[in-house]
Amino acid sequence: MSARTHPVPEQFDDPVQQREAATLGMWAFLATEVLFFGVLFAGYTLCRVMFPEAFAEGSRHTDMLLGTIETAVLLTSSCAVALSVREVQLGGRRAATAMLALTAALGIAFLVMHGFEYYAEYREGLIPAIRYTQQGVYARGMEIFYCLYYFITLFHSLHVTVGVLLLGVMAWRTWHRAFDQDYHTPLELTALYWHLVDIVWIFVYPLIYLVGRSG
Amino acid sequence: MSTVERVPPPRSYLEEGYGLRSWLTTHDHKRIAILYALGITFFFFLGGLAAALVRLELVTPAGDLMSAETYNKAFTFHGVVMVWFFLIPSIPATLGNFLLPLMIGARDVAFPRLNLFSWYLYVGGGVFTLLCLLLGGVDTGWTFYTPFSTLFSTSHVLLAVVGVFIVGFSSIFTGLNFIVTIHTLRAPGMTWFRLPLFVWSMYAVALVMVLATPVLAMTLSLIALERLFGVGIFDPALGGDPVLFQHFFWFYSHPAVYIMILPAMGVVSELITAGARRRIFGYRFMVYAIIGIAVVGFLVWGHHMFVAGQSMYASIVFSILSFIIAVPSAIKVFNWTATLYRGDIGFDAPMLYALGFVGLFMLGGLTGLFLAATALDVNLTDTYFVVAHFHYIMVGGAVMAYLGGIHFWWPKITGRMYSEAWARFAAILMFFGFNLTFFPQYILGYEGMPRRYHEYLPQFQVWNVLSSAGATILGAAYLLPLFYLAWSLRHGARAGPNPWDARGLEWQTASPPPPHNFEQTPTVTEGPYAYR
Ligand SMILES: [Cu+2]
Repeated sequence: MSARTHPVPEQFDDPVQQREAATLGMWAFLATEVLFFGVLFAGYTLCRVMFPEAFAEGSRHTDMLLGTIETAVLLTSSCAVALSVREVQLGGRRAATAMLALTAALGIAFLVMHGFEYYAEYREGLIPAIRYTQQGVYARGMEIFYCLYYFITLFHSLHVTVGVLLLGVMAWRTWHRAFDQDYHTPLELTALYWHLVDIVWIFVYPLIYLVGRSG
Repeated sequence: MSTVERVPPPRSYLEEGYGLRSWLTTHDHKRIAILYALGITFFFFLGGLAAALVRLELVTPAGDLMSAETYNKAFTFHGVVMVWFFLIPSIPATLGNFLLPLMIGARDVAFPRLNLFSWYLYVGGGVFTLLCLLLGGVDTGWTFYTPFSTLFSTSHVLLAVVGVFIVGFSSIFTGLNFIVTIHTLRAPGMTWFRLPLFVWSMYAVALVMVLATPVLAMTLSLIALERLFGVGIFDPALGGDPVLFQHFFWFYSHPAVYIMILPAMGVVSELITAGARRRIFGYRFMVYAIIGIAVVGFLVWGHHMFVAGQSMYASIVFSILSFIIAVPSAIKVFNWTATLYRGDIGFDAPMLYALGFVGLFMLGGLTGLFLAATALDVNLTDTYFVVAHFHYIMVGGAVMAYLGGIHFWWPKITGRMYSEAWARFAAILMFFGFNLTFFPQYILGYEGMPRRYHEYLPQFQVWNVLSSAGATILGAAYLLPLFYLAWSLRHGARAGPNPWDARGLEWQTASPPPPHNFEQTPTVTEGPYAYR
């Protein structure tokens, strides 16, 4: 299916209108996503004000090295997905598919690294409600820190997972010539979504791994 | 207003298929609207049944009909069902779904499949809520306040939370669909300032749905996790903050009030202009008022928390903002009144509902100002005054407008006219029944009767008996349309394309409309409400 054979659903006059609608729909969806994460960030902010030392202590227990690598991986993947859109616009089907596959692979790498982090935290007894063995004055505040840490990172990882699946589908469709210079809206929208996943992480990274660490 | 070529009427959307399958897999916004209408009518009467139990218990001061626990479950179920399964989807998902594409000259909404999916989400959420009821119900109140909902309640909080969570996505997707539809699918010549006010109200409400509902969904997830795992950020025993829950909850739930009332305002604007044969007075002001209400509505949530331990300065700001939001609401009331001035007013049933709306909304709005005043609110918090106030807005306002709209567009939706005499009778009965039910509650609240108790002091009995008596009348008035509207489906006179001689694109196509709304996409050449 290419742009010429791609049928325009009956509610639209032409492909341009369809594309506008799809893009606006995606942006509206991303707005809701910002609010979903916004609740978690607001909760984080308030609890941090209530327990500043415990949050700093909690931050020190996180794996900054892995967190930094994860950030780099995710940023690189965002670049790759942007390149895949560019390649499709230029007609480079092979390169576009490769870029999409790379993006998905980096997303999977991110998830795997996060899995290692979770495992290390499990052994250290840092997972509230499952295995939490911290003692001392900061134990309670740190438990809240780790609650938020899990809410935020698990919710984010859920988005990464959805994104990886989408990217896989897009790679498959690109390879099978579903897109060309004129028609590649689904690919663009997937890229938009992936950028949001990336941007959210850009906020998560300093809040969880960096803030208060050196204090 | 615009030009539509007259061709012999094609098959209507109702004749496109008759089997259950053709309905359950439809992508037609008009059919989906009817699916929604069936759902919300079911839940309306279910929620009404719970209200009837509450009013029955309150006939006597002693708690003799049911235990305190059962009573708590009754009013919680009433609240949850009426808010999320009736009021929020009521006008947007039924009238909005049906009319929005027609009013802007489109063939459908932008994402028809998503539209159908929204309905399934609505049904899915409803199933969980019914399951919750069947297994014994939930007793937290519709507000799910922590720490009661997370730590202490032994009822089925999780099921209720899951139900509301799912139905929340239904309204997010409906909102998203409306925003995109209005932006991209307007017919040639349909500029933003030629949109009927109903469409503007749908636009504003869609924005609120999309931007507020995620906060509710996330907050409910946090409650569910806290209940399941015993860890979280709302639990004071762990050092969390239950007031934070209230902030999140009302950040959604105050704008939710506008999800209910903005569409009602849109409907009433259509009803009054058509019923008085007048152009709307101050069209642009009406548009700005709609947008103003939607925007400022996001900034007033703290007025639910004046006694919850929030800082005094925050309370002052929220109080002032709550007064400010009364201004656009008042503009709307003034403009409706000015529209009526020297109008050629007909007292058909839709107009009766619209006039009832204006009066009741005004009373509800003015008592809202009492509650926005920090000092007075300390006395009135959690009394029946609050209950009366929001029922004037939601039942007197939103439900009256919803029914007015159903009557007004009934001939368009079904192609039939209902019995005008019965419809007028029901509208008037409803108005009296409503006031008899809820006005006594202002007095009760002012005298200090707290809400949410199944017992009360004997001196309050007279007003409570009056209120319960009114509820009986109100219930009868709500049942009446079920019968005469159903009757009209078979026996009503055929309605022409435009029985009210109204303006607006929806009246320029057949009744009921063909599957793709217009035989030829209309071209719009003038603004809305081209009366005199
Ligand atoms: Cu409010």
